[in-house]
Amino acid sequence: MRKEWIARFVVFLLVAIAVAVPVAGWWAHWRGPMLHARIAEAGGWMPESLSAEVGKPLHLRLTSDDVMHSFAIGQMDQPPVDVIPGQVSEATLVFDKPGKYVFYCTRWCSLSHWRMRGTIEVRGPANETAQAQQPPLYVALGLDIDAQLRAKNLPGRRPSAARGERLAGRLPEVYITQDYYRAHTPEEAWHDLRAEASLKSLDEDDLWDLVAWTWGQNATPQGLADGRDLYAVNCAACHGESGKGDGVFARATSRPAGEADMHTQPDGNGGKPPVDFTDAAHMLAASPARLQGKIIRGGMGTGMPYWGPIFTDEQIWNLVAFLSIFQFEYNMEVK
Amino acid sequence: LARLPWLRPLLQSRWPLFGLRALALAGFIFTIAAGLLGTPVGSHNFAIIFVWIAWWTALKLVFIPIGGRSWCSICPLPLPGEWLQQGAILERRGKGPGLNLRWPKRLRGAWLQSGGFLLVGLFAAVTLTNSQVTAWVLLALFLLATGLALVFERRSFCNYLCPIGGFTGPYSQAAPLELRVIDPAVCAAHSEKLCYQNCPWGVYPLALRDNAACGLCMECLRVCSKDNIAVNLRPFGSDFGRPGRTIKLDETFLALGMLGSVLVFAAVFTGPWGSLKAAAYALGSGPWRVYALGLLLINLVILPGLFLLAVWVGKVWSGASVSLRRELGNQTQILLPLGLFAWMAFTVSFAFPKLNLVTAVVTDPFGWGWKLLGAAGSSQLISLSRFTPGLQVVLVLVGLYMAAHTAGQLVSRRENRVWRQIVPVLVFCLAFAVGLLWLLVG
Repeated sequence: MRKEWIARFVVFLLVAIAVAVPVAGWWAHWRGPMLHARIAEAGGWMPESLSAEVGKPLHLRLTSDDVMHSFAIGQMDQPPVDVIPGQVSEATLVFDKPGKYVFYCTRWCSLSHWRMRGTIEVRGPANETAQAQQPPLYVALGLDIDAQLRAKNLPGRRPSAARGERLAGRLPEVYITQDYYRAHTPEEAWHDLRAEASLKSLDEDDLWDLVAWTWGQNATPQGLADGRDLYAVNCAACHGESGKGDGVFARATSRPAGEADMHTQPDGNGGKPPVDFTDAAHMLAASPARLQGKIIRGGMGTGMPYWGPIFTDEQIWNLVAFLSIFQFEYNMEVK
Repeated sequence: LARLPWLRPLLQSRWPLFGLRALALAGFIFTIAAGLLGTPVGSHNFAIIFVWIAWWTALKLVFIPIGGRSWCSICPLPLPGEWLQQGAILERRGKGPGLNLRWPKRLRGAWLQSGGFLLVGLFAAVTLTNSQVTAWVLLALFLLATGLALVFERRSFCNYLCPIGGFTGPYSQAAPLELRVIDPAVCAAHSEKLCYQNCPWGVYPLALRDNAACGLCMECLRVCSKDNIAVNLRPFGSDFGRPGRTIKLDETFLALGMLGSVLVFAAVFTGPWGSLKAAAYALGSGPWRVYALGLLLINLVILPGLFLLAVWVGKVWSGASVSLRRELGNQTQILLPLGLFAWMAFTVSFAFPKLNLVTAVVTDPFGWGWKLLGAAGSSQLISLSRFTPGLQVVLVLVGLYMAAHTAGQLVSRRENRVWRQIVPVLVFCLAFAVGLLWLLVG
């Protein structure tokens, strides 16, 4: 009988260990700051909201429960951290001002990839030097960014900044200011140039070359490179690498009503096809401020995500400048 | 083997096997916990990798071909049930709280195991990749085994329901390890029959003709007062084609079901057809129903039909006077070695590429970032994938050779030695082998 009791004790001991280890580990795992990533259709980030304090490091452990994701914080320089299925990555965040920060996935993980967002509420004393936030330009200008605008006057050839540069000496300075560039559409600029007495001798395509040149004056090789990188990571999935609106997600996000993927279009409506940036009529009727608005707010009912909490002002303007490459030929090398 | 001085105490004592069973039980419960609580990423969950890669590989490539039903001797599933059934965990002590009923006669045989195996096949794609489903399946088997032990006598679950038992039983006949009586006359004259009374499987060792029913628990060896039980080493595949072997229709169906299943699994898990894989995963959907129908058709209609046709053609061609039913049973023996090596070949392609994940889940069983083995856990094993196609061809060819060898034995013991009788079934085996190799190595 003694042997029997020893045997029973052995079984109980081993079973107790087999139960205790996972349960204790599970408790510690979910108690700690572990962020689980799942595709948006399966719930997105868990938890979706975190809190932190100004100046105190927030140590995060991240894991993916399905496919490869990447963790990034909007409007911060923190490099993205890969979130690998079944493995644990770590990230340490330090915030220097209070506010609500958005964290998001930078991998095209699913059709609703862009919905993979969460927030970090950062508490603490407000920075005394912080200035009151200005409204974005598209708001200040009172633009209706949902208006369907198309240019009526289109260039006969692809406008070239290099050709425009040869005529630029005759151009009044007001046209190359940042304020003018951001607030006007290329078509408006073309009309304004056509009305200039000093440019009367130029034909329509020459004027388009001048518009291309003025747009190029508001871009830098580095800014265009940054815009290109942002575009590749965040926009090309729908708009396509060539800008033609033919990205890998384009078809799935623009099915007709009734056939729409419910995950992609939660309202059940079919999404609109992504904008074709090579469509001159569309793009020449869009001012940089309007494009800024589209990027910040997203396209209502079109499937276009909002990027306001993700991109900094500088990033948005770089992206806007990059989009003009689909219409204009610049005489600068984008590295 | 029981005469080896160093091995005998290990076989005679209950502690070594009990220790392994207790460890296996703890591992089993840990696996269920990992499946339920750990990461849903199958490749990083202990439940998926340990059960379907490590254990499955060990079962197919080591336990069955070398030890027959040796896994059954340490399987943790019946342990709690047996404890309740016999009132003790180490040694039978009479009757526990169970009803101890006999298993219904109508439900005997391998029909339920064949059905269970097909049922597993219908949901295999999800079960093999979803850690939670794996955990629930293991838990269900555990509860079923325990519950049935309280109602029926001995290891009824293992004998008549366990899909793994259904798999290992027929193929264990190939193993070079056997437990048999030494002198049948001693047993015949011994009236106590302690071996039978203590056998959890309800097997009388004197009646053992092959390995299929013996779970190698060694209980008969321990209780035999005449020291008349031996554990023997023998040539591989000794049970196949042996005179006096009778195989019933349910075993034929089981053997055919296992051939059909390996074909379907090879197509789903290692084939290039994404839509087939997607269909097998999408439980309940239209494509899954088509997949399920295909699996059932192959296993219940096409393969049995072709095998029946082959046996019938052989019978008619040779003019043999044996009944078709009996000939079906006889020639089923030809399918067994082929099936065993087919499963081994499939396991090689299914598991070898993922073996390096075993160390990863041992160091971090739940995908929670643990480093139980430190840096060693992340080290990669040598990739065996490049050897896979060659090994698979060799395995299938060995299976085919053994099938032919078994067929030869079946013919050679007959008076007229009519080869025509088994040629159609050998053609059936050849077609199966070619089809499987096409699926596995292209």
